[in-house]
Amino acid sequence: MLTVQGLACARGGVPVLREVGFQVAKGQALILRGPNGVGKTTLLRTLAGLQPALEGSVDYPEDDGAYASHADGVKAALSVSENLAFWADVYGVVWVSPTLQGVLESFDLVDLQDRLAGTLSAGQKRRLGLARLGLINRKVLFLDEPTVSLDRFSVKLFADWLQNTHLAHGGMAVIATHIDLGIDAPELDLTPFKAAPDAQGGSDEAFL
Amino acid sequence: MSMWEYANPKRFMGWTAPVLPWSFGLAMACLVVGLVWGFFFTPDDFRQGSTVKIIYLHVPAALMAINAWIMMLVASLIWVVRRHHVSALAARAAAPVGLTMTLIALFTGAIWGQPMWGTYWAWDPRLTSFLILFLFYMGYIALWEAIEDPDTAADLTSVLCMVGSIFAILSRYAVNFWNQGLHQGASLSLDAEENVADVFWIPLLVCIAGFVLLFIALVLMRTRTEIRVRRMRALEARARRA
Amino acid sequence: MIALLRRDLRLAVRAGGGFGLGLAFFLIVIVLVPFGVGPETEILTRIAPGILWVASLLAALLSLDRIFALDYEDGSLALLATSPLPLEGAALMKALAHWISTGLPLTIAAPALGFLLSLAPEAYGFLLMSLLIGTPALSMIGTFGAALTVGLRRGGLLLSLLVLPLYVPTLIFGAEAVRRGANGLDATGALVLLGAVTAGAFALLPFATAATLRINLR
Repeated sequence: MLTVQGLACARGGVPVLREVGFQVAKGQALILRGPNGVGKTTLLRTLAGLQPALEGSVDYPEDDGAYASHADGVKAALSVSENLAFWADVYGVVWVSPTLQGVLESFDLVDLQDRLAGTLSAGQKRRLGLARLGLINRKVLFLDEPTVSLDRFSVKLFADWLQNTHLAHGGMAVIATHIDLGIDAPELDLTPFKAAPDAQGGSDEAFL
Repeated sequence: MSMWEYANPKRFMGWTAPVLPWSFGLAMACLVVGLVWGFFFTPDDFRQGSTVKIIYLHVPAALMAINAWIMMLVASLIWVVRRHHVSALAARAAAPVGLTMTLIALFTGAIWGQPMWGTYWAWDPRLTSFLILFLFYMGYIALWEAIEDPDTAADLTSVLCMVGSIFAILSRYAVNFWNQGLHQGASLSLDAEENVADVFWIPLLVCIAGFVLLFIALVLMRTRTEIRVRRMRALEARARRA
Repeated sequence: MIALLRRDLRLAVRAGGGFGLGLAFFLIVIVLVPFGVGPETEILTRIAPGILWVASLLAALLSLDRIFALDYEDGSLALLATSPLPLEGAALMKALAHWISTGLPLTIAAPALGFLLSLAPEAYGFLLMSLLIGTPALSMIGTFGAALTVGLRRGGLLLSLLVLPLYVPTLIFGAEAVRRGANGLDATGALVLLGAVTAGAFALLPFATAATLRINLR
């Protein structure tokens, strides 16, 4: 269970969102909507713990979250399977090659597994970045624009994995995206939570 | 009311406004009295002749060069622990003043060293330590200038100041280990044997008081400027958003 | 944590220049010195310990800005920060990887280059020892400096300005140990102090580095 209450967060010292609250139950996903710059990335970074919240609380089982940003964190000089193995090791996942093969299959990377990641196309790199999530076995995923540069087939692939593997096994996900993933999940428009221009809590506040 | 209330930027601007002219005035008075007394009304040293009189600039500047860094360290700690913006800005404001003091100490030392040791510069431990201190000031100031977001800059420079302090002390010992040096012992210490003679001592104290007051006045003034800059930025940002 | 070390070393080998570049730079500096000061053997023998130390310090400096910059740009640093691996551990492993890819080769190559500078025969052992003890501190301090400047677009020059003053104690104790060794004096004190600086750096700086990274990732 992921519970967010009265969350306010800032970007560059300026409050962007306030009073954000929602719950995501096991096996559920939440789609974040809103125009560019409304604060989707800021919210996801705050949820993932990369930046402190101005106020409010974020609750999910400790050591169960994982974050995927715009950037994939893929190393060009490593092969596809080496990239994945590295993240599995960092997350302390004991994996056997059938697990790896399974993940490679769900993201259609089997043929590419020995290629250097530097030679992949943008979409293939993105699939590799998402495949990391399949391997590290975390329950609460914070995904920032996971489908950027994916073709329609790959989007479907990812949505299938999310629905049938991740969520079906009791996982949760908060996803910022502009397209329709075709999965059954409630949407949250962030526009009403936009902080007023004179909102409290900014880093310059003491000087006004 | 706790003492931290004074660290609120608005309140700080309020109470420093009347303090500033007084500290400048007192600093000037002390410096004029101390320097005139020191330069014209003390006897020449039997060994060093009139060159000894540069002590009235050299010793206070050297003292303040070190004290300014210590003040920055304390201000950085206060920022890290209590997150008072004024504290971070005061540390930022003190750095160029400390840098200037270090330069004054180095230059007056060179001018003094020429007739005494026959050279403007020697790789003596004290001189070298001040040169290293100069480098630390430069790095600290450069880091402030390089980072755009003011809070990030305050955080990072605070970490640098703390780590730098430890390495500055280490360097001091390392330099001692490396070269024994020409520099005379401390001019001021509680051990009366080591001290300079009384006739030089009292005007020196007045000069030191003058430098301390001057440092306070300059840091207050520069901190006020920094606060105004931040306030302007904040108002501009708000105007843009509205 | 070992996974990160393994990955960084693998990247250093594959990306090319990781191992070789610092070493080549070291060699060039050493070769240039006699052109600058003249070929007299006595002068070279006298300045060899210091030159070898200063050159290895500069060679270590050369690759510092890549410690975090690449990971920051491709997003791995943010992913690492949200992973179960503590950032303190990551900082330590980054420093170790940097040492293995630059400090260790420098240490091994230094005696050969000491030959070029007619280093006193008694000094070779001390050169090896002092570099072995001292270069890890160079990597750790440099990692801290790299973390401070990671978010800056043109951090390279600033990085040198920040890191070089921090290198002073290591340089002094390291070169002093070699010099004393070359002159047949007792170098134990210098070596012990050098070790103390290294131990202190490794005890303190992983925490400072992790704090710095968290601030920069905010």
